[in-house]
Amino acid sequence: MSDPGTITDSGSSGEAPVTMLATPIRLDYQYTAGLSQSRFLQGIAQGKFIGQRCPACHKVYVPPRGSCPTDGVATTDPVELSNSGTVTTYCVVNVPFQGQSIEIPYICAQILLDGANIAFMGLIQELPATDVRMGMRVEAVWLPKDQWGLTMASVKYFRPNGEPDADYETFKEYL
Amino acid sequence: MADSEVLRAPHVLEYPYVRSVGPVIGAFLTGLRDGRILGAQSRDAQGKATVIVPPTEYDPVTSADVGALVEVGQSGVVTTWSWAPEPKKDQPLDRPFAWVLVRLDGATTAMLHVVDAGSLDAMSSGMRVTARWRPAAERVGRVQDIECFVPEAANP
Repeated sequence: MSDPGTITDSGSSGEAPVTMLATPIRLDYQYTAGLSQSRFLQGIAQGKFIGQRCPACHKVYVPPRGSCPTDGVATTDPVELSNSGTVTTYCVVNVPFQGQSIEIPYICAQILLDGANIAFMGLIQELPATDVRMGMRVEAVWLPKDQWGLTMASVKYFRPNGEPDADYETFKEYL
Repeated sequence: MADSEVLRAPHVLEYPYVRSVGPVIGAFLTGLRDGRILGAQSRDAQGKATVIVPPTEYDPVTSADVGALVEVGQSGVVTTWSWAPEPKKDQPLDRPFAWVLVRLDGATTAMLHVVDAGSLDAMSSGMRVTARWRPAAERVGRVQDIECFVPEAANP
């Protein structure tokens, strides 16, 4: 084909040709947490981790989703969990990406709170990334009380709590 | 906990995409920025000359490379339309308007745009419309550089 530049150059404003087009996409959702997650977040606003127990298998889920994925029944019985837990597995993040807010390398871990039967993801700080290990005992570090709110951002991160590592047998079923 | 205590919060996902537009669409957008509408010269399956607006890099029917870009008219005919009685956020106009396919003078194909007709009664297939441009200083090289089309008589 012939060069389209010949026509756009003639009589144009003299500015550079357009080569790029911004096409931003924005999706405005209204997220509804549901009863179970709402109760969990109400607990967070009071500095507590609140899970729910399955009436059939007696496992405790945190954050609770309102039903037991194994038994398919509602989990209505609230359970307050410990502020401490065990690192079951982890990932050391070394790759920078857009929007990253934490200095790399940092540790992203699955943390099994004492009393819970499922791990959730948390940030580990206050130790070199090379020192993290499976079974490490950690505790939640919270923002100052006047900054607690209905958000997991109320928990700054987890850090080693000084206890000896947990025995592999105690968390192997949660990997 | 009553249902009224169920928490809700805004959750916004944004993807700040920037596309590279290529030589043909790029020339079309450059033309819009400069106040001109360009089409691509081509030929249909019978060999008859056509002008594709907005221009494509390949003829949509024959798949052949298109020829030179040419400027087409800034007025044309509404071939089909749909009335939007309640404009949504981020739509081209903040008052009732028509989505239209408009075949510009000198073009073979029709392009998607909007007509600011004031009322549904002013719309009809076959009506003539003309482009209303944004001020040159606000044009950046996108199809919204044409603010809208208006009935030809309303914009002599």
